[in-house]
Amino acid sequence: MSAPVTDKSMGHVEIAEVVDLRHTYDSATDKINNVILTKKTPMGLTIIMGVCFLIVGLLMTTITKLVSTGIGIWGNNQPVAWAFDIINFVWWIGIGHAGTLISAILFLFRQEWRTSINRFAEAMTIFAVMCAGLFPLLHTGRPWLAYWLFPIPNVMQMWPQFRSPLMWDVFAVSTYFTVSALFWYTGLIPDLASLRDRAKTKVAKIITGIAAMGWRGSARHWQRYEIIYLLLAGLSTPLVVSVHSIVSLDFAVSQLPGWHTTIFPPYFVAGAIYSGFAMVLTLAIPVRKFFGFKDLITQKHLDAMSKVMLATGLIVLYGYAMEAFIALVYSANPHEEFLMKNRMFGPYAWSYWLLILCNGVIPQLLWLKRVRMHTLTLWFITIVINIGMWLERFVILVTTLHRDFLPSSWGMYAPTKWDIAMFIGTVGFFGFMMCLFIRFIPMIAGFELRELLHKKKTPHH
Amino acid sequence: MSQAPSKPTVYGLVAEYPTPEALLKAAEQVRDAGYTRVDALTPFPVHGIVDALGLPKSKMAGLVLGGAIAGALVGFAMQTYLSVFQYPHITTGRPLFSWPNFIPVIFECTVLFAGLTAFVGMLVRNNLPRPYHPVFAAPRVENTTTSTFMIVVEAADPKFELNGTEAFLRKTGADFVGVAPFEESGADQDDGPLMN
Repeated sequence: MSAPVTDKSMGHVEIAEVVDLRHTYDSATDKINNVILTKKTPMGLTIIMGVCFLIVGLLMTTITKLVSTGIGIWGNNQPVAWAFDIINFVWWIGIGHAGTLISAILFLFRQEWRTSINRFAEAMTIFAVMCAGLFPLLHTGRPWLAYWLFPIPNVMQMWPQFRSPLMWDVFAVSTYFTVSALFWYTGLIPDLASLRDRAKTKVAKIITGIAAMGWRGSARHWQRYEIIYLLLAGLSTPLVVSVHSIVSLDFAVSQLPGWHTTIFPPYFVAGAIYSGFAMVLTLAIPVRKFFGFKDLITQKHLDAMSKVMLATGLIVLYGYAMEAFIALVYSANPHEEFLMKNRMFGPYAWSYWLLILCNGVIPQLLWLKRVRMHTLTLWFITIVINIGMWLERFVILVTTLHRDFLPSSWGMYAPTKWDIAMFIGTVGFFGFMMCLFIRFIPMIAGFELRELLHKKKTPHH
Repeated sequence: MSQAPSKPTVYGLVAEYPTPEALLKAAEQVRDAGYTRVDALTPFPVHGIVDALGLPKSKMAGLVLGGAIAGALVGFAMQTYLSVFQYPHITTGRPLFSWPNFIPVIFECTVLFAGLTAFVGMLVRNNLPRPYHPVFAAPRVENTTTSTFMIVVEAADPKFELNGTEAFLRKTGADFVGVAPFEESGADQDDGPLMN
């Protein structure tokens, strides 16, 4: 390999390739490992972790209050029986989907820009699914009886109802979490081994040694490893589509106007990818700046992710247009028509138009190369999309439920302070887990990066 | 291990190469020279190494397919048994054996079983977790998880002869050839089954 890298500016200036080719196997690996194999935690990370930890405290307080008092402390009641809990559940699950898309689908399509961001995105998936799972679990009211959701023999001689989409959700989300975690750990094994071989302190050697499970990069092992990595990617691809489709069936299988629609599964999946990519960028843009990773997570990555957001954003926008068209023009169903008019001009009209602004209008700026190349602007757009996707679920849930068929049962919904505390609490939990991940786990897939370097530097490819 | 009068003190020889191309070229020579108990240690999967070393092809894909089929059958059988026989309740006017409603859970079970089979199968077939392996005692082996490429020839190979094999490996273009010793206690001499 070429001489060791001495250029100090590396990682702090923008480059157009998927990886800075001045890197050697050693320099790229060390750059990733050095974040972990040091006693020094960057001050900024410590501060963010501290703030997030305080918010985790808020989450714990909220859960304690919720479990000891009951879900009456939340604002949802008849007629809006599903509100923040399901909005946040769907929002978090959707965010997770970009991780699987990047790690699995882009792997199958052999996209080079997937390397360097897949590990990061997969970690995001796992933590997002954890946050998502909290909401339905606590919404059951008695989370200690959550095992009733699984087909486990019990003294009541009762069994789950497999014809309900809520039951499908239990299987989909738990399978999604398990397979995502397996995929993530599989990818980590070779990197943990290189961390083990570079560790200097005894504690670091023991921990990484156990976690790497004795991986030694044997040709026999790699052969099996590559096959199952490909198979896990192949399995995750339909899985990720199934999970958000099933989440959308929670709504679509019901008989309510605004929910009972066949466009939900594809439009939910597109929305999930949209919000997930936005979250990956929201996290990756500051990380690459503060850790000097601009040579590994390059402008090319940001550009490609922006384009995916633009494409999925247009699918989502098409979904909104189709929803309006079906309800107002095509269905000739007065209930559908009323629902859409109420959504657009009723008491929650602000949320609908804000949603169109956040998800439909502002992201159109991504058509401009200048915007995609300007990381700060891009970062703000990703935040706007995150807000927009949250509003989408708010609109779907609240505007549908608050005025149903019988005007006598109409009502309004407002979250309580506990609803808001719980939501902010999960954001803090997510941030806290991401901080731990950045500090203790290689945040870029080292072996895939080395493979990419080899491929890029060898002429015959 | 049988109680042979003299236990072997050498696990094998390691030869280090700087690039995957050099490794592949050397691996073909090692294979053509008739060595069979061989392996390569690389920091990322090197394509073609399995053929270059003459290693047998893995059967992992079939195993995972088995897991997937088992998952589908379990998902279908569980739902049918519980919804039709064990706990027959009519919900939303559907028949007891309303199989289209079972499809999502069948699919999830298929993926779950296949995923678990893939992960656990890979570890079991690779003899992992295995915190210690004699090859870890070889000099410079710690670089193979980052930047260098090694070929391992085991002493158990019928063609192995310490000086001869060492000279042969040097001729294949190795930067470095070293001995992977066994621990003096001999406790690490059981290499476990050589799985394919």
